[in-house]
Amino acid sequence: MLRLDDVVLGFEGFTLSADLSVPKGARLAILGPSGGGKTTLLSTIAGFLRPDTGRVILDGQDVTDWPVQDRPLSILFQEGNLFPHLTAFDNVALGVDPSLKLTEVQRADVARALDQVGLGDMGARKPGDLSGGQRSRVALARMLLRRKPLALLDEPFAALDPGLRREMLSLVGDLCDAEGLMLVMVSHDLRDAERLCTDLCLLEEGRIILNGALQPMLADPPELLAPWL
Amino acid sequence: MASRAEPISAVQRAGAAIAALVLLAVLGPLAAVLWRAESVTGLGPADFSAIRFTIWQAFLSAVFSIVLAIPVARALARRSFPGRAALIALMGAPFILPVIVAVLGLITIFGRRGVLNEGLAALGIPGLEIYGLHGVVLAHVFFNLPLAVRLFLQGWLAIPAERFRLAATLGFTPRDIARHMERPMLWQVAPGAFLVIFLICTTSFAVALILGGGPRATTVELAIYQAFRYEFDLGRAAMLGLVQVGICVVAGLLVLRVAVPAAMGTGLDRPLERFDRQTTLQRAGDWLAITLAALFLLMPLLAVLLRGVGGVLTLPGSVWAAAERSVLLSLATATLAVALALPMALLIARGRARGLLETIGALSIAVSPLVIGTGLFLILRPYVNPSSSALPVTGLVNALAALPFLLRALVPAIEAAEAGYGPLADSLGLTGGQRLRHVLLPRIRRPLGFGAGLAAAMSMGDLGVITLFAAPQDGTLPLEMFRLMGAYRTDDAEAAALVLLVLSLLLFWIFDRGGRANAAT
Repeated sequence: MLRLDDVVLGFEGFTLSADLSVPKGARLAILGPSGGGKTTLLSTIAGFLRPDTGRVILDGQDVTDWPVQDRPLSILFQEGNLFPHLTAFDNVALGVDPSLKLTEVQRADVARALDQVGLGDMGARKPGDLSGGQRSRVALARMLLRRKPLALLDEPFAALDPGLRREMLSLVGDLCDAEGLMLVMVSHDLRDAERLCTDLCLLEEGRIILNGALQPMLADPPELLAPWL
Repeated sequence: MASRAEPISAVQRAGAAIAALVLLAVLGPLAAVLWRAESVTGLGPADFSAIRFTIWQAFLSAVFSIVLAIPVARALARRSFPGRAALIALMGAPFILPVIVAVLGLITIFGRRGVLNEGLAALGIPGLEIYGLHGVVLAHVFFNLPLAVRLFLQGWLAIPAERFRLAATLGFTPRDIARHMERPMLWQVAPGAFLVIFLICTTSFAVALILGGGPRATTVELAIYQAFRYEFDLGRAAMLGLVQVGICVVAGLLVLRVAVPAAMGTGLDRPLERFDRQTTLQRAGDWLAITLAALFLLMPLLAVLLRGVGGVLTLPGSVWAAAERSVLLSLATATLAVALALPMALLIARGRARGLLETIGALSIAVSPLVIGTGLFLILRPYVNPSSSALPVTGLVNALAALPFLLRALVPAIEAAEAGYGPLADSLGLTGGQRLRHVLLPRIRRPLGFGAGLAAAMSMGDLGVITLFAAPQDGTLPLEMFRLMGAYRTDDAEAAALVLLVLSLLLFWIFDRGGRANAAT
């Protein structure tokens, strides 16, 4: 599970304060207006930003002072998830070994991950020769392969058209189920959250104004959620 | 930007007329050179050795600039320290630094009796020779290393921040980052940077004039000057002029074939956010690169400052007279350059015949100033005494040389202003002069001031065409300084260098400052 204990962080004239707990197996959507602190919160969990006070606890371990690369998590960014000069296969293989020296077994793993996202025959292509949806799938394949228990998604499908976005969200849901991943996703669309997530956290001006299980909220929407319905 | 349906305004007519004039001012002298060169039969062995030397020194200069720039740019990209912004700003300074001042500074440090050789001699190590190939390459690296550093630094900062974050989540080591992110960027930036520096070095005249010479270190441009000045063999000068044009055109076409990044970009003062663990050795390497680069760039200038300051008050009157001429000339050059560039830039921003106009604007890069000067001499000689027209010709040639820089600064600013406020201006019926005064000029003051300052400083420090024309009593300050150096009046030359340096920077600063004050951003 993931816990933020009284995290406070000042960043470029903006203050984020968060106290938050995500149970194991849960999928949390962070919703809120632009500039509300969604990405700052995600960056704090990932380790790109260090809180001024408070702790970040992951699977019972205090990871507040851990560097990014040591934290048991994977991230999908809004864009720039792939290196344009590497093939889809190599982009996924980076998740196994950044030096790209792979054993036969590892190569088979990469091929299987590409299969899982439906790109089994596209491994040799470079990102420039793939569609937007396919690029997202490559990034997703790498995330799967890394087998980190926590997946962070920073609106990775925002640039896709609604149909494709829905498709990707259900794919992510299926894959998280299959691999037992915990997920935190930044979004500005309640419908997307509904499709994938179990929990919701509403963030405004750097503060959590609503937090809890998603389904009950949708059944009886509180006042604060009204603008998002 | 799409061209607007609008009746041709006075501004556009002026732009077209000026483009035609610029074309004439470049091609006319070139035609004169071509016509004069026809009567000459072939090139001699000395000419071929000049061609070889020109290409060889430009190649070496570009290679050293690029190779040395990479560690410096990498260090600047990943380290933050007080003075970083100032050091990066200093890397932009060579554009406005008079060549002869920098060369004198380099001689003070690296010359026969320079600081470095005195040190080496004390240790019993044989000294370096600054005259000839070594010195020419050294000076070219001094001027172009900063350019290369800025180009690479821009490449580093253009790597999306997200990619560094991605690298961090994937556990990239510095070696992985180098392989997957930095090397691909370097391969993208390096060819363009190499060719630009190569091109600059093939046309650099003042460096070869001071540090080169003799059968083994004469560039084509220097050979033109010698044919002109010593032998007064105009046919040979013209022939060599054609060779020079040939070299520039080939290099220029190569430059156009590869993407050339712009070095004038701002926003270089933000360090990269990196998460990879770097070893102590890498840290130490970075600091070494930064320190050596700063010393290499600063020491010659400090030497000029320190050694010049004592002699300023006892400078002969001829130096002050030359300084006055130079300031007036550079003000006139800046005015002319702006008068040429602004209407052309307005026309280019309109999107009409854009490729043609941009080519005309860039012609002066391909045709070296010395060649244009030679052609103008050939044209003017039957009518006026060339030495009496030395200053106007120098001003014209320098304004043409500054034109590409001004266009590069102005066109994007005008386009941005038109994109942002054009429709509003259209709806209010603001056209022609009113549109220029109320909409465009307030929004392009910064690049206009910067460009005018660049033109003024380039003209102030220029030691090119003036050497062909000027009579002994009416040279510019750089020429006067060159004469003092030639006469071994080192103290006076050093003091004159200080005056020249201060005046160049001051002129740039005043124009640039004027553009910034009250600029609408």
